[in-house]
Amino acid sequence: MNPEQERAEKYLNASTRQLVWWRYKKHTLAVIGLVLIGGLYFCSFFCEFLAPYDKDSRHFEFIYCAPSKVHIFDNEGRLRRPFVRAVNMDLDLVTQQIRYVELPDEIYPIRFLVRGDPYVFWGLWKSDLHLFGTDCPARIFLFGTDRMGRDMFSRCLYGSRISLSIGMVGVFLSLVLGLVLGGISGYYGGWPDGIIQRVVEVIRCFPSIPLWMGLSASMPPHWPALKVYFAITIILSLIGWTDLARMVRGKLISLREEEFVLAARFAGAGHARIIFRHLLPSFTSHIIVSVTLAIPHMILGETALSFLGIGLRPPITSLGVLLKEGQNITTIALYPWLLIPVSFVIMIVLAFNFVGDGLRDAVDPYSR
Amino acid sequence: MLAYIARRILMMIPTLIAISIISFAIIQLPPGDFLTTYVAQLSVSGEAVDQAELESLNERFGLDQPVYIQYLKWAWNFIRGDFGHSFEWNKPVSELIGERLAMTVTISTLTLLFTWAVAVPIGIYSAVRQYSWMDYFLTVIGFIGLATPNFLFALVLLWFSYAYLGMSIGGLFSPQFAEAPWGMAKIWDLLKHLWIPVLIVGTAHTAKFIRIIRGNLLDELKKPYVTTARAKGLSETRLILKYPVRVAINPLVSTIGWTLPELISGIAITAVVLNLPTTGPLLLSALLSQDMQLAGTFIMFLSTLTVVGTLVSDILLAWVDPRIRFGAREGL
Repeated sequence: MNPEQERAEKYLNASTRQLVWWRYKKHTLAVIGLVLIGGLYFCSFFCEFLAPYDKDSRHFEFIYCAPSKVHIFDNEGRLRRPFVRAVNMDLDLVTQQIRYVELPDEIYPIRFLVRGDPYVFWGLWKSDLHLFGTDCPARIFLFGTDRMGRDMFSRCLYGSRISLSIGMVGVFLSLVLGLVLGGISGYYGGWPDGIIQRVVEVIRCFPSIPLWMGLSASMPPHWPALKVYFAITIILSLIGWTDLARMVRGKLISLREEEFVLAARFAGAGHARIIFRHLLPSFTSHIIVSVTLAIPHMILGETALSFLGIGLRPPITSLGVLLKEGQNITTIALYPWLLIPVSFVIMIVLAFNFVGDGLRDAVDPYSR
Repeated sequence: MLAYIARRILMMIPTLIAISIISFAIIQLPPGDFLTTYVAQLSVSGEAVDQAELESLNERFGLDQPVYIQYLKWAWNFIRGDFGHSFEWNKPVSELIGERLAMTVTISTLTLLFTWAVAVPIGIYSAVRQYSWMDYFLTVIGFIGLATPNFLFALVLLWFSYAYLGMSIGGLFSPQFAEAPWGMAKIWDLLKHLWIPVLIVGTAHTAKFIRIIRGNLLDELKKPYVTTARAKGLSETRLILKYPVRVAINPLVSTIGWTLPELISGIAITAVVLNLPTTGPLLLSALLSQDMQLAGTFIMFLSTLTVVGTLVSDILLAWVDPRIRFGAREGL
């Protein structure tokens, strides 16, 4: 066989999953997005270990400290293992602003697997091991510190955990709602379809942020943080399900008249079996695409609500909560590193959009 | 055509009723009714509570009656133009919202036009030169616009114009015009401030339109009529602009109904950061102080805007596409 035939052979023998993957790989941005999402979820999963400090531990002598500079050359210009220098607090007498000056002779190498702030990993076991850190009195603040001297890098990792999980939980809720309601209205048609479609239309008329604002502002202020978290997730998914329901309904309507459904019905299959065994698998890929594109919406929604002060509240740390602190013009001018959480938001939203885009092109590998 | 419009307007009524029920539910959501909130606020500030006033408010909103009666009273007052009373501002709601709603409508319309003006040429270019580096570049730029939260972009722009251009871009008017009567100078001043929210909200939406136009145009370009036209010797520019583009930009009109709520959302949050006199900041402060009659009216009106937007888009669509006028609405 010549190489061309071989390739044709390989193509014909490939499973659907392989075809999808080959097609997906052609989309460079989508592959980058997938790697980014994988990395972010990995980081947020292990954030207690990856973060050098606890998200709430305060370093009083390092308030509004700029990101630490990591050096590899010492004063004599010799190559060393990466190190940071100790800093000295200094008050600018003209502007009354705190500055930090590096001490040229005090060199502290960055060490790996160090003991530091204790934590309980996923509420399961205690540890105080961190991936990296440095010796006292030096500190390593890759993204600087905030007004209470808390490490922004650690806070960003913890924040993306909350934000990513809100996206996941919220999308799961809207998926359940969308599948059930969209399924009923697409499969049965008739009056249930009419009612559900009107409901969808009405909900879609509401501009999302004002409606979210209305709902979340009416949460009682004395609710504990965890309850607020779940309430916000539910509020976010209240709008998100309409898109999924429409998609599911459209697919079911076009599929329910196909011969294989008729065959299944003649063979005596019940409604549940037809829906879950025969209909659902034929558009799982479309569901995955919709879900991928819905997650960034949820994350942006949470960020916006928290930013306005009616979403999550401390001590829960999400990216939106972090951004709320950087919301005035002084911050941008004096402490620009407090805006680093934004780059996480942008990265997450971009990555999900690229993946969704690539998946949309790839899910139907038999079309040319 | 007139019959079609009349039918569409009749179909709006149940939607509006449903929206009003949800808005009313939001007014009712906070614990206690707004009168108790009002009384609590008065007693905190040490003012005497006027029993007669309380009685009249009770009577006006039917607070001692079952919820559905309260709703009917609220809805009836709404239709007559009495939107309730803002306890935070101590003014009728109708006095507070008029100009702000007008401003929201203005900004959304301008933003929509801006989005189209940017997205159409880029979408056409990306489709015609698919997978060129410019296509990738424009796609990434578009997506970055989509991914940057509106409020952050607003914040950075605020700082940038302040630090480097030496002008303050918050608000919609320069200080000397804020209270001035309307005139040419004031309109010019408004235009000088208006581009900022339009730019901020617009960038968040161009990516989506670019993708829609690009995708549709790619489908159209493969169709036989394009080959035919090319074989007949039509120049490439003329060919693309005259036939496939006209089909590909159809969704711009048909999606007005969905785009409007998104634009209004974006403007709401941008306005909070830039302190624009639109609905956003007032809605937020109303919600935070539980001034629910004001908040509910805003939510009701903002959603009504969408319903009206959908109506306009349907009429436009029926105008450009006779198939819709005559009943074939499947697939839209």
